[in-house]
Amino acid sequence: MSPSSSTLTNSSPVEELTYEQAFSELEKIVSALETEENSLDESMALFERGQELARYCAGLLDKAELKVQQLCGDSEGSDPALTDFRPLP
Amino acid sequence: MSQLPLFQPSTWTVAGITQYLRQLLEDDAALQDLWVVGEVSNCSRPSSGHLYFTLKDASASMRVVMWRGAVLRQEYIPREGDAVEVHGAISIYETSGLYQLYADAIRPTGEGYLYQEFLRLKARLEAEGLFDEERKRPVPRWPHCIGIVTSPTGAALRDILNTLQRRFPLARVVLAPTAVQGEEAPAGIIAALQTLNAAIHPDVILLARGGGSIEDLWAFNDEYVARAIAASPVPVICGVGHETDFTIADFAADLRAPTPTAAAELAVPDSMELRAGLEEQKDRLKLGIRSVLDTPIWRMQGLQNRLRLNSPLTRLRSGRQHLDELCRRQQSGLLHLLQLKRLRLEGASLRLETLNPQAILGRGYAIVRQADGRVVRSVHQVQPGEGVRVQVGDGEFGARVEDQQARSKP
Repeated sequence: MSPSSSTLTNSSPVEELTYEQAFSELEKIVSALETEENSLDESMALFERGQELARYCAGLLDKAELKVQQLCGDSEGSDPALTDFRPLP
Repeated sequence: MSQLPLFQPSTWTVAGITQYLRQLLEDDAALQDLWVVGEVSNCSRPSSGHLYFTLKDASASMRVVMWRGAVLRQEYIPREGDAVEVHGAISIYETSGLYQLYADAIRPTGEGYLYQEFLRLKARLEAEGLFDEERKRPVPRWPHCIGIVTSPTGAALRDILNTLQRRFPLARVVLAPTAVQGEEAPAGIIAALQTLNAAIHPDVILLARGGGSIEDLWAFNDEYVARAIAASPVPVICGVGHETDFTIADFAADLRAPTPTAAAELAVPDSMELRAGLEEQKDRLKLGIRSVLDTPIWRMQGLQNRLRLNSPLTRLRSGRQHLDELCRRQQSGLLHLLQLKRLRLEGASLRLETLNPQAILGRGYAIVRQADGRVVRSVHQVQPGEGVRVQVGDGEFGARVEDQQARSKP
């Protein structure tokens, strides 16, 4: 049993990942499937997790919309507040 | 007595010599693309829209004319007493015989001074190591959070947001609005950089401004702006002006982009590439699991084959098969022998047939026997008058010996 595969599959739910985290985990899983000797069960678990990650990444790309905020408040000291930025049409 | 020259000097018309001189000036490339520095005097701009003035310095003066079309393109129109640099070509106004500078661009000499200032500051900061390649930090491949320092109303911001939306809408963008030209601009830019770094910790900061004159972009040539860029904990991409504009901020930044749009492009990957990369990983995932699944199946099949080959049943089958084979061979051997014997028998019968006296009698021979049944083989065996029996093919009859005559020996 390879230790890396178990750490790979014990990751957090995909919904909590950023695109980069999800994609990099997907890359690791693919390379583990390609190069490591895992048991059949481990391999199946890796594959299912990989599919879930790929679906999640594709979904993120499909529905992504740029989120733009603006720093307000004086630049001196006090905590700057964030408001949504609406560019002029 | 003076000698007449061989050839008289030719006589010119005024127009001819003026045209000749004009051609001389216009054929000289150095005079057709030059800057002349001086002070403006006798400036006039009649209703035609053309601009006329005299450019002079301590010891000389020359006429300058700028046609209306060129005047309209100028951001700066000189006034009496201004120190200027004028770009254009030297030619002759034939009507008055005056040589003039036909101008297409005018800038106050202050700009030349600014440019010198720019070069001095650049050299100083360069010597200090502020622009060293080793100082440049790599821009993250996929920034989650992008800070933008620019004017909230400028075209630069619109270009950047459009580019980010098109290429990498996964990013979160935080704008730190600031003036990007005028006296307060350097302080505003520095404060925006610091606030972004302190409050937001973005992965990368875009510092941008659209095109403009060298004065418009001057805030980006400020020493303290350059130092704030170099001191930023996160990489800064600078996209100021157009392709040809270089500012001190560009040199201090971790990455220089020719325009604000290009700065946004350098900051993020293209989502088309992301999709392509994702598809590749999906394909490899499927191939990977297939090969994982194929391997045990293949191994199992190999074991099954070996098991089958070595099972007692297989051995039994193989023994039985061997036996069958032997039987078959034995049978075929027997058959062969039998055939051989039959053939021999037939041959023998055939030969027997040829020896059958009956068959010989059929061909016309006869057997002669004495009364006691002995076969007559010699003439000396019988006497004349003796009765014999003659056997032919289809029966026998009695006969009597008439005489006897032995065949003389050869």
